Amino acid sequence: MNIDLPTLWFGVVALTFTIYFFLEGFDFGVGLLQPFLARRETERRAMIGTVGPFWAANEVWIILAAGVIFSAFPVWYGALMTGLYPLFALILLAFIGRGVAFEYRAEIDHRRWRLFWDVTSFICNLLPAFLWGVIMTNMVRGLPIGTGARFQGTPLDAFDLFSLLGGAATLSLFVLHGATFLLLRLETGSRLHARARAAALSFGAIATVLVLLFVYVGFVRDELFNSFGYAEWVFPVAAALNLGLIWLALTLKRDALAFFATGLTIVSSTATIFLSLLPNVLPSTLGEAYSLTVQNSASQPYTLRLLTWVGVIFLPLIIGYQAWNYYVFRQRVSESGGKPSGSVLPDTEA
Amino acid sequence: MNEIFGFSALDLSRFQFATTSIFHYFFVPFTVGFAFLIAVLQTLAYRSGSARMENLTRFFGHLFFINFAVGVVTGIVQEFQFGMNWQGFSNFVGNIFGVPLALEVLMAFFLESTFLGIWWFGKGRIPAWASLACIWIVSVGTMISAFWIIIANAWMQHPVGFEIKDGRAVMTDFMAIVLNPKGLEWSAHILTGSLTVGSFFVLAVSAYHLRRGHEVESFRTSFKVALVVALVGSAGVIASGHEQGQSAVRDQPMKYAAFSALWDTPTGNGMPESLLALPSNGLRENRLEVSLPYLGSFLAFNNFNQKAQGINELQREYEARYGPGDYVPWVWPVYWAFRVMVGLGGVMLLVSLYYVWRWRRGKLDDPGRLYPLLLAMPLAPHLANFSGFIATEMGRQPWIVQGLLRTGDAVSNLSPLTVLLSLAAFWVVYLTLIGLDVFLLTRTARAGMHEPDVETPSVPAPEYLPEARLEGGRP
Ligand code: HDD
Ligand code: HEM
Ligand code: HEM
Repeated sequence: MNIDLPTLWFGVVALTFTIYFFLEGFDFGVGLLQPFLARRETERRAMIGTVGPFWAANEVWIILAAGVIFSAFPVWYGALMTGLYPLFALILLAFIGRGVAFEYRAEIDHRRWRLFWDVTSFICNLLPAFLWGVIMTNMVRGLPIGTGARFQGTPLDAFDLFSLLGGAATLSLFVLHGATFLLLRLETGSRLHARARAAALSFGAIATVLVLLFVYVGFVRDELFNSFGYAEWVFPVAAALNLGLIWLALTLKRDALAFFATGLTIVSSTATIFLSLLPNVLPSTLGEAYSLTVQNSASQPYTLRLLTWVGVIFLPLIIGYQAWNYYVFRQRVSESGGKPSGSVLPDTEA
Repeated sequence: MNEIFGFSALDLSRFQFATTSIFHYFFVPFTVGFAFLIAVLQTLAYRSGSARMENLTRFFGHLFFINFAVGVVTGIVQEFQFGMNWQGFSNFVGNIFGVPLALEVLMAFFLESTFLGIWWFGKGRIPAWASLACIWIVSVGTMISAFWIIIANAWMQHPVGFEIKDGRAVMTDFMAIVLNPKGLEWSAHILTGSLTVGSFFVLAVSAYHLRRGHEVESFRTSFKVALVVALVGSAGVIASGHEQGQSAVRDQPMKYAAFSALWDTPTGNGMPESLLALPSNGLRENRLEVSLPYLGSFLAFNNFNQKAQGINELQREYEARYGPGDYVPWVWPVYWAFRVMVGLGGVMLLVSLYYVWRWRRGKLDDPGRLYPLLLAMPLAPHLANFSGFIATEMGRQPWIVQGLLRTGDAVSNLSPLTVLLSLAAFWVVYLTLIGLDVFLLTRTARAGMHEPDVETPSVPAPEYLPEARLEGGRP
């Protein structure tokens, strides 16, 4: 396969989604685990503190993913978002609630105020963690789009057993990823840390079942990932092996390895989804002729060349300073430190 | 089912776009202007090494954070909407419009969110110079972000650097798009406007505390800094607005005619400027009209004899050029929104001049008789921004891209019910957001740095440096 500009930019779209799911996956997971793992206010703060300095910058990856599809594949952008309008609307509302909950929770020192934001945050982490799976499944399976990439279906088309399974799979994977992230960020030896390990083990099991089920339905029953054309069994087997690796790492208390392995599961699932799309970007369920392909939905070469230059300059820079961000806040978060570092309160002195 | 309660998906999508943009634009000019002021204050703190000044930047930083959160989350909606509601628009111009947007993300959004986090959470972990660098990076980031999005919007008002190919607008010259004269003028207007939003807020907060004798030394500094910025900002917004009017009359004469409620091309000497009018689209004239001779020519052309074309003449020209249809925007909201914006610009300039005059007379600590007005002033630039965008965007209708794409052809194929539901959800969430934002801002602003509010003793003010360290050097 030789790489032309549209294919290159399809790769960039896949890459930004992959980075996004990897990074925001653990943000969602931590938010979802908070009500179950934290028993005291100080513990809640410690949990928020593990993602406090990072989540905002992680979220920018989805803004970039959307921006890249918009500029490099305008036709895909319109068809996907119009076709899945209610799902995107819900995700946007959830983003609003989540972001504001992060920032406003610590503003007023009152139990009910915090409870309100904790509930908001839980719901607003749940929605996107689930809906991204539904969206990705729909993208692979295709949407009822006709001439001019116009959507011909109804909002309910997006939901069926397969897409709900996809949602459950991303949800459980993100929770698992959040749990292994907590193992790296929380003070070792604390009770919170121990609870995070227990959560990781049980969600590891749930995720294994759901992911394998999803893979089974997608591969075997619906033959959706056929376009690979070669060694298609590699992916289900890799998924199973990887999930086994997570379990092993967790039992052996190799936390970094566990985090690496949950991350790898997310990366390889996202890669599978995007690879299986090729040469399409959005198949039409109304007929092959209406499918949007990498070639027919891409912008013209001038725009793509321009974007390539910009990407080559800025992406390494961004990855560099985001890495610095993680380096600055590499210290584990302790409950006794008592600093609500997820809040707007600055850490005056360590 | 193409309508619900008499509204089509197009009407509802327009209403939704206007709603979400206006809400987004309540928060972002504040972010742009305020970040700059905080960066200046922190520079002063750094150079003087004063712990009091350090506390002042923390105080304003806390306020900044409260607002920034809402700006960011409302922005994400803006981006996704183009695909969700405006599929025809995305198909037609995505390869042009998407580029500045992608550049904005790559050059500004990552910068802002990363360095703001490091700036705020990293106090005490990174050296003072690095903290100062972070806040300046954030400030520059907000300006870059405003620049790129304005370049995108300017292209829709005045398309350049493209050709039409297979029914799509295709980019041919990126530099022409970046250097679009419309975009550069607009950026100047938007940036100076943002400076007024930030500075009138800081002025009001500082005056509030000065009057109560809190932390006089610190708030005197922030008052002075904000006053200079307010004066420069108000003068700049007027000057750049005047420039914009002159290019509007060239590039979008129909919009300019709507700004001035100018139905018929004037005859006789010079063009008058309407001061008060009740325009009616039905009658195609003004029901009432008070105008000042020659002023119109000056505003539009910088001389006293040239004349702009009237709406009726332009309508005939457009029909000849683009085929039959109604090319007249809804004049009265455009006309009045324009006047409110310009009027408030004048008020802002006068208020800043008044306080500069008091400063020169050495009465800085006493806000004088205009004190209640000064406390209300933070609303003025917001209202001016709101009206400015109403005038600009409604004055452009029926075009979504001037002369190329009509709003009606841009909308997605959606059921009106779907859009109505999302519109209702956005209204509920946005009204809650603005309520919370205003509530937390006033509460935190009033609490100040050392005296917690009596009624609300639990204000979680940032941990200011302890009294004992205040007289010492830099921590
Ligand atoms: C702080 C806010 C503020 C203030 C005080 C002013 N403006 Fe403004 N104006 C805006 C904020 C704004 C804005 C909301 O930012 C707009 C909408 C779109 C844009 O680019 O800027 C705008 C648009 C806008 C336009 C439309 C440009 C176009 O559509 O082509 C004109 C002609 C002016 N302004 C002129 C003025 C004049 C003569 C002012 C004199 C006092 C003035 N503005 C004050
Ligand atoms: C800078 C980026 C912006 C772009 C690209 C943009 C683009 C658009 C588009 C596509 C429409 C057409 C939909 C319609 O007709 O309703 C529109 C309308 C509108 N926009 Fe903007 N806009 C921008 C910024 C803003 C901001 C910041 C505001 C307000 C503060 C605003 C206020 C409006 C309003 C009030 C309408 C409705 C006009 C009408 O329906 O008659 N816009 N704009
Ligand atoms: C339709 C047009 C617009 C789109 C698509 C858009 C998109 C966005 C997005 C996605 C964000 C979130 C970024 C983050 O997570 O850091 C954002 C924030 C921001 N936007 Fe907009 N925006 C629009 C209009 C405007 C306008 C007209 C301005 C200013 C002139 C502006 C200035 C900003 C700034 C300064 C921020 C970051 C600071 C903050 O959120 O308070 N935007 N915008």
